[in-house]
Amino acid sequence: MLLNSPFGGLRELTNIMNYFSNNPALKFQLSHPLMQKIVTLKEQNFADKDKYDYASRDFEDAIDNYEKVLEIIGEICAEVIAPNAESVDHDGPLVLNNRVQYARGTQENHDALAQAGLYGMALPRQYGGLNFSMIPYVMGGEMVSRADAGFANIWGLQDCAETIAEFADEEIKAEFLPRVCEGQTCSMDLTEPDAGSDLQAVQLKATYSEKDGIWYLNGVKRFITNGDAQIKLVLARSEEGTNDGRGLSYFIADNKHDDTVKVRRIENKLGIKGSPTCELVFTNTPAKLVGVRRMGLIKYVMSLMNGARLGVGAQSVGVSQAAYDEAIAYARDRRQFGKAIIEFPAVYEMVSMMKAKLDATRALLYETTRFVDVYKAYESLEATRKLTPEEKADYKEFQRLADAFTPMLKMFSSEFANQNAYDSIQVHGGSGFMKDYACERIYRDARILTIYEGTSQLQVVAAIRHVTTGSYLKQIRHYETQPINPEFDSLRKRLMSMTTLYENSVTRVTETKNQEYLDFQARRLVEMAGHIIMSYLLILDATRDKEDLFRKSAEIYLKFAEVEVRKHATYIKTFEVESVDVYKVQ
Amino acid sequence: MSFNIVVLAKQVPDTRNVGKDAMKADGTVNRAALPAIYNPEDLNALEQALRLKSKIEGATVYVLTMGPARAAEIIRESMYRGADGGYLLSGREFAGSDTLATSYALACAIRKMGKVDIIICGRQAIDGDTAQVGPQVAEKLGLPQITYAEEIIDCSDNKIIVKRRLERGVEVVKGSLPMVVTVNGSAAPCRPRHAKLTLKYKHAATPTEKQESGSDYTDLYSSHPYLNITEWGVNDIEHDIQWLGLSGSPTKVKQIESVVFTAKESKRMNASDVEIENLMKELIANHTIG
Repeated sequence: MLLNSPFGGLRELTNIMNYFSNNPALKFQLSHPLMQKIVTLKEQNFADKDKYDYASRDFEDAIDNYEKVLEIIGEICAEVIAPNAESVDHDGPLVLNNRVQYARGTQENHDALAQAGLYGMALPRQYGGLNFSMIPYVMGGEMVSRADAGFANIWGLQDCAETIAEFADEEIKAEFLPRVCEGQTCSMDLTEPDAGSDLQAVQLKATYSEKDGIWYLNGVKRFITNGDAQIKLVLARSEEGTNDGRGLSYFIADNKHDDTVKVRRIENKLGIKGSPTCELVFTNTPAKLVGVRRMGLIKYVMSLMNGARLGVGAQSVGVSQAAYDEAIAYARDRRQFGKAIIEFPAVYEMVSMMKAKLDATRALLYETTRFVDVYKAYESLEATRKLTPEEKADYKEFQRLADAFTPMLKMFSSEFANQNAYDSIQVHGGSGFMKDYACERIYRDARILTIYEGTSQLQVVAAIRHVTTGSYLKQIRHYETQPINPEFDSLRKRLMSMTTLYENSVTRVTETKNQEYLDFQARRLVEMAGHIIMSYLLILDATRDKEDLFRKSAEIYLKFAEVEVRKHATYIKTFEVESVDVYKVQ
Repeated sequence: MSFNIVVLAKQVPDTRNVGKDAMKADGTVNRAALPAIYNPEDLNALEQALRLKSKIEGATVYVLTMGPARAAEIIRESMYRGADGGYLLSGREFAGSDTLATSYALACAIRKMGKVDIIICGRQAIDGDTAQVGPQVAEKLGLPQITYAEEIIDCSDNKIIVKRRLERGVEVVKGSLPMVVTVNGSAAPCRPRHAKLTLKYKHAATPTEKQESGSDYTDLYSSHPYLNITEWGVNDIEHDIQWLGLSGSPTKVKQIESVVFTAKESKRMNASDVEIENLMKELIANHTIG
C-alpha cells in the first residue's frame, strides 16, 4: 500500500489481451466513410435515444457504442472462449436422453456472452436488441471464430433471429425475439438425409390441424448444427403431393425439450467438434408458419443462406487470423541453424503470404458487410414508410452488390482459411503435426468452411452470373476511379491490365454460348474477378489508413493475384472448347 | 426496505503481466509501464455484492474508491457490471497514504454515506498485497468482519452466513450485520460487462471529468442524474487532517531490494523413479509447486 498510494501515474484502464483492442484492423473498418450512411439509415434521426437509455445519440456516439460492445466481446473471446477451445475440442458435446449436453467450455462461453447481453446485437431495440448494424455483428463473429471456430456456429445462429425479424408476423416476433436477446439459442433445420445441397428434396411433413389451429411437423432432419436449440426454424413440406421447392414452407418451433423433438445422435466430426451436429426426429412437433406458405425455400431460406454465408465469411477470416497468429508466434520463437526460423526466406515468405490472404479476405468481408448493411437498412425502412425513387434505386444497387459479393466472399475466405491453416502447420514443421499445438485443431476446424452453407463449387454457381452480367466489372471500374496514394499508381496500372485480361477471358468463354463450357470455366473467371477486387480493396484501405497496416499486404497480394489472373487467362486462352470432353467421367 | 451494499475497490497497476520495464532502476514500480486495472479481488467482491443485490429486494450497490481523477473508471466499470453508482474520494490531501491513512479516509467516507448494511472488499490489492485495509476499515467503524470469504451463502434477517477459504480447508461462519467482508480470489469471478449497461453508463462522469472533457452533452447530465458520479474531496468528509495522507501514514520505506532471478546451479539426476520422487519432494518442500 505504501509503495502504491493510489495517486500514481497510471495509464488508462486497458486490457492486455483483447481481440478487439489489440487488432487495429478491426477498428479501422469502423472508420470507413460508408459507416456514416449505414448508421444514419439504421438509426433514423436517433429517435430511439429518448426511449432507450442505451441508444446512441449521434453518429460519433453510435460508433463509440460499437467499439464499447466490441471491446466486451474481444475480452470474452480472449479470456473465456480461446482458453476453453482446446478442452472443448477434446471433450465435445454428448447426447443424453435425446438431448444435447454441451462440453463444459461451450456452456461457459455461451453463458458469458449471454450474461453480457451480446446475443441479438443486430435486432431492433423494441425486442431487446442493440439495433447494431451488421458491421459490428460480423466483427463479433470474426473474433469469436478466431477464439474458437466451432463455437462461432452457436454464436452465429442468432442469424435466425434476423430472418424472424424480417419475415415473421408481429406475434411471432414478440414471442421469440426477446428470448434470443436473453440468450436462448437457435437452429436452422434445413437439411435431411436425402436433401443436402438440393433442398428442393426436403420431405419433413407439415400438417395443419384445423382443430388446434396449429401446424404439426413429422420427419427427420440431419446435419443440424446446434439441433437441440430452444428456437428452431424448420423447412418443411406443407403442400401435399408436391415434389419441388414450391411446396415448402417455413416454420418456427418452440423446442420444449419434450418428446416431440428428439436428438437421435450427434455426428463424430473432423473439426468444429464443440458445435453439436444433430440428427433430429420430429414427432407431432407444434409449429407456427413464418411468412407466407410455399415461400419457404424460394424466399426465406435464400435470405437466411445469404446471412449464413456472410457468417461463414466472418468465421473464415477468424480462422485465417488464428492460423496466422500461431504461425508467426512459432516462427519467431523457434530457432534452427542458430537463428529464428522467421529469418529464412522460405518461412517469412510463407508467413507474409498468410498475412496478405488474411488482410485481403478481411477487406472483402467488411466491404460485403457494408453492402448488406445498406440494403438491409433500406429494407427495414421500407416496412415503415414508402421509399423515394432515389432511395429505391440505391436500395436495389446495394442489394445487387451484396448478392454479387456474398458468394465471392464465402468462396475466397473459406479457401484462404484452409490454405492458411495448412501453411500454419507447415511453419510448425513436425511439431505442428502433433496435438500439442493449436494449429492442428485450426486445420481440422477450417476444413468444413469450404463445404457448409454451400460448397465453394455452389458459390461459383451463384457468382458466375455476376461475371456474365458485368456486375463485378462495373464495381472494378468504380474502384479504378477512386483516389489513391501516388505510391500505388504503378500497382493500379498493373491492375488495369489484369482487368483487361479478365474482360478478354469473359468474352472468350461467353461468346461460345455454351452453358457447359461456361460452367467448366466459371471458377476461374470468378477467381480472376475476386483477385482484382481484393487487390483494389487493399490499395484503397492502405490509402485511407494512417498506421501503415495494409501497405505490405497490398503489394504482396497484388503480386500473387497478378500471377493467378495471368495463369487463368492463359488457361482459358489456350483451352479448346471440345477439350472439356477429355475431363468427362462416367 | 432499503439494503445498502458498499464495495471498496481500487485501481491498481497490472502487476500480473510484468514486462522487463516494470521496475525502475531505483527498484520502485514503474507505473507508467503498467496498465491500470480493477484490482482482481475487488472484482470478486463486486460479484458477491451483485449476487446479494439480486437476492435482496430493494438492495443497492455503490462502489467507493480512493484515487486520482482517473480512478472514476473503476466506478464506471462497476456500473457496467450492475452497480448502481459510486463515490470517488479524491484530492491531494490523500496522497502518500499508507494502509492506516487509507482506511481512515475510507471509514470517514462510509460514515458520510449514512446507513450501510454491508461493506464488501477484496482481500488485498495486487500492488501492495497487505490485506490490511479491509480489516482496518472494520475496526475504525467498529464493525465485525469476516475475512477470506469465498461465498456469501445466505443473507437474511440481519444475519449473514459466509464460507471462508482458509489455508487448510473451509469454514462456514455466521455473523450480524452491519459487517465488513473481505473476499478471496478463489470466489466466483466477476460477471462480464453488460452491453446495455455499458452503453447506458459510458457517459457517467465525475464533476472533474466533465470539466476536463468539455463534453458536448451538458444537458445529458441534468436529464439523466444517474450519469453523475459523486466526487468527494477532503472537505466533504468529516475528518482530522493529521490522520490523512502522508502525515497519517507512519509506515516508512527502509530499504528496497530489487531481486533479479538468475540460474545459479544445475543439478543432474538419473531418469529413475527414485530420483524423480526426490525431486518432487524437494519442489514441494520449497513451495515451487503444490
